[in-house]
Amino acid sequence: MKANSSTQQKKTGADTIQRLMAFGALIILFVVFSLASPYFFTLSNVIGILVSTAVNGLLAIGVTFIIISGGIDLSVGTVMTLSAVMAAVTVRNWGMPNIFGVLAAVLTGTFAGAVNGLMVSKLKLPPFIATLGMLNVARGLSLVITDLSPIYFPLETGWNRIAMGSVLGTIIPGFDIPNGVLIMFGSALVAGLILSKTVIGRYAFAIGSNEEAARLSGLNIVLWKTAIYAVGGLFVGIGGVIIAARLNSAQPALGLGYELDAIAAAVIGGVSLSGGEGNILGTIIGAFIISTLTNGLRILSVPQEWQIVVTGLIILSAVYLDILRKKASAN
Amino acid sequence: MNDTLVLMEGIDKRFPGVQALKGCQFNLQRGEVHALVGENGAGKSTLMKILAGIYQVDGGTITFKGEQVTIPNPHTAQTMGISMVHQELNLMSHLTAAQNIFIGREPTKSFLIDENTQNNKTKEIFELMNLNLDPTMRVSKMTVAKQQMVEIAKALSFNADVLIFDEPSGALTDVETAELFRIIRQLKAEGTGIIYITHRMEELKEISDRITVLRDGLYVNTVNTRETSINEIINMMVGRVIYESSPEIPEERSQEIVLEVKNLSRGNELKDVSFQLMKGEILGFAGLIGAGRTETARAIFGADPVDSGEVFINGKPVHIKRPSDAVAHDIAYLSEDRKRYGLCLSLDLKTNIVLPIYQKLSSVLGWVKDKRAYTISKNIVDQLSIRTPSLEQKAKNLSGGNQQKVVVGKWLAKDADILIFDEPTRGIDVGAKQEIYSLLNELAAQGKSIIMISSELPEIIRMSHRVIVMCEGRVTGNLDYSEATQENIMKFATMRNGGNAKKSAQPS
Ligand SMILES: Nc1ncnc2c1ncn2[C@@H]1O[C@H](COP(=O)(O)OP(=O)(O)OP(=O)(O)O)[C@@H](O)[C@H]1O
Ligand SMILES: [Mg+2]
Repeated sequence: MKANSSTQQKKTGADTIQRLMAFGALIILFVVFSLASPYFFTLSNVIGILVSTAVNGLLAIGVTFIIISGGIDLSVGTVMTLSAVMAAVTVRNWGMPNIFGVLAAVLTGTFAGAVNGLMVSKLKLPPFIATLGMLNVARGLSLVITDLSPIYFPLETGWNRIAMGSVLGTIIPGFDIPNGVLIMFGSALVAGLILSKTVIGRYAFAIGSNEEAARLSGLNIVLWKTAIYAVGGLFVGIGGVIIAARLNSAQPALGLGYELDAIAAAVIGGVSLSGGEGNILGTIIGAFIISTLTNGLRILSVPQEWQIVVTGLIILSAVYLDILRKKASAN
Repeated sequence: MNDTLVLMEGIDKRFPGVQALKGCQFNLQRGEVHALVGENGAGKSTLMKILAGIYQVDGGTITFKGEQVTIPNPHTAQTMGISMVHQELNLMSHLTAAQNIFIGREPTKSFLIDENTQNNKTKEIFELMNLNLDPTMRVSKMTVAKQQMVEIAKALSFNADVLIFDEPSGALTDVETAELFRIIRQLKAEGTGIIYITHRMEELKEISDRITVLRDGLYVNTVNTRETSINEIINMMVGRVIYESSPEIPEERSQEIVLEVKNLSRGNELKDVSFQLMKGEILGFAGLIGAGRTETARAIFGADPVDSGEVFINGKPVHIKRPSDAVAHDIAYLSEDRKRYGLCLSLDLKTNIVLPIYQKLSSVLGWVKDKRAYTISKNIVDQLSIRTPSLEQKAKNLSGGNQQKVVVGKWLAKDADILIFDEPTRGIDVGAKQEIYSLLNELAAQGKSIIMISSELPEIIRMSHRVIVMCEGRVTGNLDYSEATQENIMKFATMRNGGNAKKSAQPS
């Protein structure tokens, strides 16, 4: 009994250490950049970082569900774009109220996710291939629907304010945190709850941990995988709303490469690419690390191509640190 | 009122290249323990997986409580009241014990999983089983035996009418097996029908009421346990007479120390483990679960680090940091959990067998000499009579016992000097067990040194030249074969809080 409870402590201990580690890395980045540049730690710049995290954060949340279930989703970037396009079509071309635009985006993301899930579970396509196909389909569809040119939201719709307005600022004057940031945090909260407290989250861990065992336990793998990919897609759809609001338009050519940032954020945050492990808090911290880095390096006028190199190195060291941590906690 | 729970008739099942079952029949009454026996690959697991909804029949009928049924998936089987403990562990290692047990039927409170209820219910089941285990412990942190107990707890939690145990005792030691039998007897008294697959003949007499024998996918017979001798059953299983090998202790026992381990320690798991292994010796390792036998083996093999301790091979100190170091020193280790550590399930039989010697089999440029690989693995397959349609069969499609033979064969092909076998005969049928025993004897006679970890005392007693007994991470006994009786071993195996480790560390 005694031995059991101490293992229990050890387990939670290791989890906490990991979160602390990612969080610690974030703090260190902040300190270093603040010392290096007086422009870094200012309210407007920090808000800028928050805003630029919102989209990647939402995509990363989506992809976290899928990686935990033992899969991968390469289509999050272009599906986000397709969601944005569908929102723009609904609001501008069809003249419907914003709420229907939001709905269109979220439904598009969820639907694309569900299709991914069905391809993986029912047709047994490898997730990498299935979502690579979806990446192209979604990208192509965006271009077809928009006829290759961006759709702008008319100003009077106020679409822009969905992400860039600040409800908080009107309540607490001077505290102008844009809605997009709040939406990301709200989504993270809900996603965390789904992942750790509901059956769908539990089954994501179960399937990612040992799919055969889950199947023999009587789980309907087709149903649950589809659901998991659909939930992931839902957050991607929300990401589509935010990006459309930030740009006040749907840019059909956008989206390629976003999937890699999202996967990187999840991995930096401790989501295991072999499935069965991870949490939303880590993923969000991972997303912050990436955007803080990008922002800080830009302020220090590091050329963009070098920023990319540094991001790559950060991903590698994050994963390596995670391996070291696991080794340490195994003993 | 009919007491027949299950009636399976004329069951046919084909897999690509194999007719696993041909017109098999089976029936189960309320309140009976019905054993199902047969050689490796006879079709026992397949027949039961059909009943549990995992496979669909190609022909034949299933009647459940008087009604003809089809069982399309595991979930349907569960709701009908059929639950099964599988031959292979099927747990989700990242989840806790309770989460594994209640997977698919979590208690919820307004959409959220009610972990408390789940943990408490699990605790209740564990208490019924006299099992001291924390429901919130992650399965990956448990030993194989504990994991097996979690599987059993899971099967029990369904309160099923039909309970299928596919070689449940394979991963358990005597104490836990006794506990399992107590539970089975209790369920039987409550009217549950229990199907019990085993290769341990002594268990048949102890627990079963009737026995059905399969051979090569065919139904042989169903007999009453009380009216049948074990030999008759074995004859039905294999269709020939089996000779039991006795220990072959050489007259002149070598005093040449091949492997010496001094004061191996790690946390609570290993405490000052010291012993010596002689040339040409079969050294048995006995003990209860958690005694530290597997941990010792893994530490020597470099699979896990140690806090302190030294290892000498042929008198020279060696530093084995990882398994490849051990292999370079001609040590082979057959792990107890074949699925996790022993096999590449999606590779074919041939590749699995020659995996440890791939480097030897390839030319300078890394080109693999396929012919050699073929002959070597063909030899092993014949030697161990591994039942497979071809050498290209994927390991995951072999029956459990045949998978185990592949793991054994893999290390035989390696031709190492020091062989550590962790539960080498788990899940292997009586005939093949004898073949493995004679192989071990032969290897020892050739001058190879063997460490054999086993939870089956009769096996330890029959095979070992010398027996090391462990308890709670310590070496508590070191017995020569003449002193290695069941009582003696059990005495040392339960010597908690020390015993005299110093004294017993010397070979007698
Ligand atoms: N999924 C599968 N695909 C192909 N062949 C299979 C599959 N499952 C079982 N077989 C084959 O069917 C036969 C019967 O296998 P089964 O697992 O039922 O044997 P068993 O009696 O349980 O043996 P053991 O005592 O070794 O567990 C074997 O020849 C096996 O190789
Ligand atoms: Mg079997």
